[in-house]
Amino acid sequence: MNDRELPVTGPAATASTTPWLLRTPAFFAAVSVAVGVIVGGVVLLVAGFNPILAYGEILAGVFSSPRNVAAAIVRSTPIIITGLSVTFAFRTGLFNIGAEGQFIVGSLVAALLGFAVNLPAILHVPLILASAFVAGAAWGGFAGLLKARFGVHEVISTIMLNWIAFYLSNFMIGLSWVQRPQSEASHKIADTARIDILGAWKLSEQGLAWRAANSGSFFAEVLRADVNWGIVIALLLATAVWYILNRTTLGYELRAVGHNRDAAEYSGINVRRCTTLSMAIAGAIAALSGAIQVMGRTQDITKLAIMEGNGFDGIAVSLIGNNTAFGNVFSGLLFGSLVHGGSRLQVRLGAPSEIIAIVIGTIIFFIAIPNLMRVIAALYRRRATRSTAGGSSK
Amino acid sequence: MRNISVVAIVLVAIITIAGCQRSDDAGQADGSQPIAIAMVTDVGGVNDQSFNQSAWEGMQMSRDQLGVRISYAESGQGSDYGPNLETMYDAGNELIWGIGFLMADAIRTAAVSNPSQKYAIIDFAWQDTPNNLLGVVFQAEQPSFLVGYIAGKMTESGIVGFVGGISGDVIDQFDYGFHAGVAYANPSARVLRQYADSFTDAARGKSIASQMFLEGADIVFAAAGSVGDGVIEAAKEQGRWAIGVDRDQNYLAPEHVLTSAMKRVDMAIFNVAEGLVDGEWPGGTTKVLGLVDGAVGIAPSSDKHVPTALLAEVRELEQQIIAGSVRVPFNRATFADYGYGN
Repeated sequence: MNDRELPVTGPAATASTTPWLLRTPAFFAAVSVAVGVIVGGVVLLVAGFNPILAYGEILAGVFSSPRNVAAAIVRSTPIIITGLSVTFAFRTGLFNIGAEGQFIVGSLVAALLGFAVNLPAILHVPLILASAFVAGAAWGGFAGLLKARFGVHEVISTIMLNWIAFYLSNFMIGLSWVQRPQSEASHKIADTARIDILGAWKLSEQGLAWRAANSGSFFAEVLRADVNWGIVIALLLATAVWYILNRTTLGYELRAVGHNRDAAEYSGINVRRCTTLSMAIAGAIAALSGAIQVMGRTQDITKLAIMEGNGFDGIAVSLIGNNTAFGNVFSGLLFGSLVHGGSRLQVRLGAPSEIIAIVIGTIIFFIAIPNLMRVIAALYRRRATRSTAGGSSK
Repeated sequence: MRNISVVAIVLVAIITIAGCQRSDDAGQADGSQPIAIAMVTDVGGVNDQSFNQSAWEGMQMSRDQLGVRISYAESGQGSDYGPNLETMYDAGNELIWGIGFLMADAIRTAAVSNPSQKYAIIDFAWQDTPNNLLGVVFQAEQPSFLVGYIAGKMTESGIVGFVGGISGDVIDQFDYGFHAGVAYANPSARVLRQYADSFTDAARGKSIASQMFLEGADIVFAAAGSVGDGVIEAAKEQGRWAIGVDRDQNYLAPEHVLTSAMKRVDMAIFNVAEGLVDGEWPGGTTKVLGLVDGAVGIAPSSDKHVPTALLAEVRELEQQIIAGSVRVPFNRATFADYGYGN
């Protein structure tokens, strides 16, 4: 996981001249966040908003109440998982732009099986998860196969597959047996397919009475968010991804292909198989994210006017998380919290969502390029070396 | 590293100093707390040149004329509706609007969860509306019929086009109203119909409209949110006519927007706000707004391009619709029932 240590450029002299703090990854992360926040603040300032007030609102938007904390976690869940998908492919040297489409395929499968199949919950939920997994694996694996067999670049093919998934989903929702009357959405999934926490209960008469009686209490507040088991699944998936990549032969082969295709091939690894398999698993993970979103939150799929961005955000989440399994959990939580807290900026300060998106984008951008920080540190170190040792560094 | 720190400190200082300048809109001068009204947009966003924007204009009108406090939240994706509504609830608003039928489920859930909070929605009606919820729907088929009538009379090629957003009850009103209007004016005219399956994809609107112009259409009506921007763009490029929707869209292309089928979401929002200020709240019901209420109609700018004689006919037609002597279909079934064939 830690193949991204600082590049040690100078001789042993650097160790003595560079303060210890400057060499820790945590320091770079902190500086990156700080710079991102400052530049984002300048953007806010230029747009005419008080940055301190604005950041205060974002923080309050995440931490001011149990509902907000829960909602931020709920908002983060899908992008943590799509981030894992992107990470998985990335470690094999593949850029999975297709998480968006795989997400849509997963939600489509979940919605269809959710209302069309009648099973007890103990079977229904696993059936949907397994089906979404298989469908996503096929969707992502197809792009991998095209790459392995015909050298079609996965960026191109997955972008195309995104659109195919998008229109396939919209087309399916238009079918008479799928569409819920008087809506632009599919039928609601059965209660047995739901993985939200007390979702049906909280709108029942009893639930409403309990919530009214206990309004303001911790649990009543948390229940106001769309709480679901998705985050638990996300953590399990992160563990699984970490385990496969770092503790299995398959993971070793995949990473070897990611480091150097030719060397991997030369050493007897089946690169084609790895390419297909990596994209298939990545696709399966992203599809699980879509299925979890339907089972845990939306309970149906709606005709999409634009792509929702769960998969695309996953790319950013993966990059911020340094393409490591657990890095995704933290970066996903950060990203999701910013998005959830950012909405409060609009409510309280009237900031247009474009400005909010630019500020969040700026922060994310700076976090995602700690390499820049490394370069700056290297420059500083070189100068320091020169001034103390008379310019002996390269 | 010291340089970076210095830069950082200076930046923070600038931000702090400059940031403190802006702290306006605090309460009213007389000290009384104004009513707060909030709206949550659907995924179209508040600058969609159409429906959500019209709603926001109604909010701004309410602020300027009634002195209410206003705020809005845009939804990035469908699953944001719920959290946005809850955030608005926390912000302490008297009334929370959901703009657009896409939000129907979310707002009903919110209304059931928070029975003491007032909610309202544009473009949706329930059989059993909770008491803290108000539905507002428009007879959009009426202005669509009128612009269809204008299109039917003014087309030179005998072919006009209709571009829909995502098909459903709401867009059906525009679709069948327009078709009926064209047929009423000019039974031999042909109407091309295509759906963009989107309310936001302007590029798709442009390509659909360009195709329709290629097929000989000279007037295209778009009822599709921001997709219509592309339709207007295509009309501008090819020197044909577009018909705007929801708001008076003539300003988007003054020489190429013939007229607009207005659905005064702003009026509806303003009227409800006005009632609220007077302590009036028709919760649990559905308001149906049409020509009678002045909440729909053709755009004021129509007199720029539509001949006066034709406008006079349209005025007469309006009266006939209000009187009920001309019936306007709003879906496939009524289209057939009212004798417009298929």
